[in-house]
Amino acid sequence: MSTLKVLLTASAVTVVGAAGASAATLDDVKSKGFVQCGVSTGVPGFSFTDDAGNWQGFDPAVCQAVAAAVFGDSSKVKYTPTTGKTRFTALASGEVDVLARNTTWTLSRDTDLGFTFVGVNYYDGQGFMAPKALGVSSAKELDGASVCIQTGTTTELNLADFFRVSNMSYEPVPIETNEEARTNYLAGRCDVYTTDASGLAASRATFDNPADHVILPEIISKEPLGPLVRQGDDQWADIVRWSLNAMINAEEYGVTSENVDEMAKGTDNPDVNRLLGTEGDMGAMMGLDSKWGYNIIKQVGNYGEVFEQFIGSATPIGLERGINAQYKDGGILYAPPIR
Amino acid sequence: MAAIEQDSDRFSLGQLWFDKRYRAVVMQILVVAGVCLFVAYIAVNAVQNLEALGKTFGFNFLWAPSSYDINQSLIAYNSRDTHFRAGVVGLINTGLIAVGGCIFATILGFIFGVLRLSSNWLINRIVYCYIEFIRNVPVLVQILLWHGVIISTLPSPRQALTATEGIYLSNRGFYVPAPIVEDAFIVVVIAFFAAIAGVVAFRRWAKKHQEATGQIYPVLSISFAAIIGLPVIAFFLAGMPLTLDAPELRGFNFQGGMVLRPEFTALWFALSVYTSAFIAEIVRSGIQAVSHGQTEAAFALGIRPNWTMRLIVIPQALRVIVPPLTSQYLNLTKNSSLAIAIGYMDLVATLGGITLNQTGKEMECMMIVLLIYLSISLTISAFMNWYNRRIALVER
Ligand SMILES: N[C@@H](CCC(=O)N[C@@H](CS)C(=O)NCC(=O)O)C(=O)O
Repeated sequence: MSTLKVLLTASAVTVVGAAGASAATLDDVKSKGFVQCGVSTGVPGFSFTDDAGNWQGFDPAVCQAVAAAVFGDSSKVKYTPTTGKTRFTALASGEVDVLARNTTWTLSRDTDLGFTFVGVNYYDGQGFMAPKALGVSSAKELDGASVCIQTGTTTELNLADFFRVSNMSYEPVPIETNEEARTNYLAGRCDVYTTDASGLAASRATFDNPADHVILPEIISKEPLGPLVRQGDDQWADIVRWSLNAMINAEEYGVTSENVDEMAKGTDNPDVNRLLGTEGDMGAMMGLDSKWGYNIIKQVGNYGEVFEQFIGSATPIGLERGINAQYKDGGILYAPPIR
Repeated sequence: MAAIEQDSDRFSLGQLWFDKRYRAVVMQILVVAGVCLFVAYIAVNAVQNLEALGKTFGFNFLWAPSSYDINQSLIAYNSRDTHFRAGVVGLINTGLIAVGGCIFATILGFIFGVLRLSSNWLINRIVYCYIEFIRNVPVLVQILLWHGVIISTLPSPRQALTATEGIYLSNRGFYVPAPIVEDAFIVVVIAFFAAIAGVVAFRRWAKKHQEATGQIYPVLSISFAAIIGLPVIAFFLAGMPLTLDAPELRGFNFQGGMVLRPEFTALWFALSVYTSAFIAEIVRSGIQAVSHGQTEAAFALGIRPNWTMRLIVIPQALRVIVPPLTSQYLNLTKNSSLAIAIGYMDLVATLGGITLNQTGKEMECMMIVLLIYLSISLTISAFMNWYNRRIALVER
């Protein structure tokens, strides 16, 4: 089915002509009245549909922030679920305006594939998960294992290299979505499931007995995950980039969705004032309303709030901030200043 | 003659349209020109759009290392090989499923088609229900069902079902010992081909002999005996130059031996069973199309029932069966691209899937995949058309 989609999009590129990257996406989005956002087909905490059928999660939050910045209304987003394989065609063909879908920032994607990564919203790395009953304690013991792996990902390339360099053999069991991986893994079609460590934690959280599965200690790659747009429309890239930066900066400055109204009355911290539009005219520089930053924080929240709401230690996913903490707290999250 | 000359004397532009003779030509030229323009428009448009996306068009990516592994490959392959080779691996896997599927579907289809005509009410009804059920459930659903059943009902490798040492059935696949041939095995191969050559010669001679004397030899059984028997004798004479590499449980999985993976098995069964239901109907209608008078006439001439079937009914039925059978083979081959749903690494999954995705060459990969499917289909059609002409009624 996904092949059909690729085919269709490929032919859409041919006949209709993609929303050329040079076209002003902002105008496009404004006239449509919503941001079309590519998300994954479902990774607990990262992107899922709530009881009312609305997309929620750590990744959709980026798109909601963009909608808040552009329209002053974070709900003006429409979602397109994409698999590891269909995501790039969806973005390239203009089917979506932003891709916020645990996608690793790599050189070839940033250049050859014709995209622009606007930042990193989660620093991750590839890990392995195995049933405890197998008794493995290290990825180095996986010789001969069957490994479930999503196709069209960096994961599958890292995996090939890892096993080759470690002189081990394995049987790749290719699958398309996280859900399929879960089915195959739980049915025992594969011994190990490998993907971004965050994705492993997210999947494990939905198992009936999460404690029966271990995440092996080795992290075999760097996976900086972040939102991306088509290359060639700098204004749109800037808007998405600074929407994300606004959330990270807000956490650093202590601006939350709770206290933002208070702070928007004016503070003696010019950083906060510029973020919330009470000083300078940052919004206009991007073609946005001066309240853009305020709207993001008020409606979506700062980075830390979103993290804790969807994937933090209080949620079933239970991820620690780790290196995703602010640089001041020992992490590597460091957003350029709003100035 | 005179009239035509007169016409061409008074040739006017309007004639291009109003004169029937010219109009036909003009129309054809217009249509061809229109199609060419349309194709050119699409090509130019595609190039422009690719440019707008900042993408180049070219096939050099085929020679870069693929960097991904493929679980089923009949030729040597690893992640350092090129995308081209990965595509070939996929193509071979597609071929394997298509050929295996067509053969199995044909066998099943003929059995059910004949059973469908059974005079036994129960058999007749059961087969009827089977055919209706299979034909009306989408093939994708059947593929997923087979796969689901295989991976979730069969035990894990450590609890694998086993018939004897070396044969294991688990949710990782069906493992059997792999034959490893020694040099002397060539004798067996030679014996096999020699037997075939002998059989061909024998059949010719038998036919001539029959035409001359009317004496009939049991050609079929002698042929079978020779083709199977000769290599077997050669095998033992050469001192059994074959060892078996039995699969063995080591660590997570069985190592060694040969394996039918769940993905292959599921796809193979699903496609064969699905297509066999259509073939059964084709076979039934083919046999029914041969009028009963033919059989009666054969009986009246004293021809034995199984000879009647072989010499009178089947050759005539085949003429009705082959054309629609061709399109079933084409369908099966094209349906094999549904492999992607369960992760069988066919052409669409390798070149049209992972390669496409990792290199971002949508246009190029899809063009190659389309062209390959087109050529496979045209080849099957050509072969079946040739076969159809061969068995067609020769009017004397
Ligand atoms: N970060 C890797 C892998 C991304 C990926 O596909 N992750 C999986 C598991 S966390 C996923 O998002 N699956 C969601 C889905 O099935 O739609 C990449 O960008 O290639």
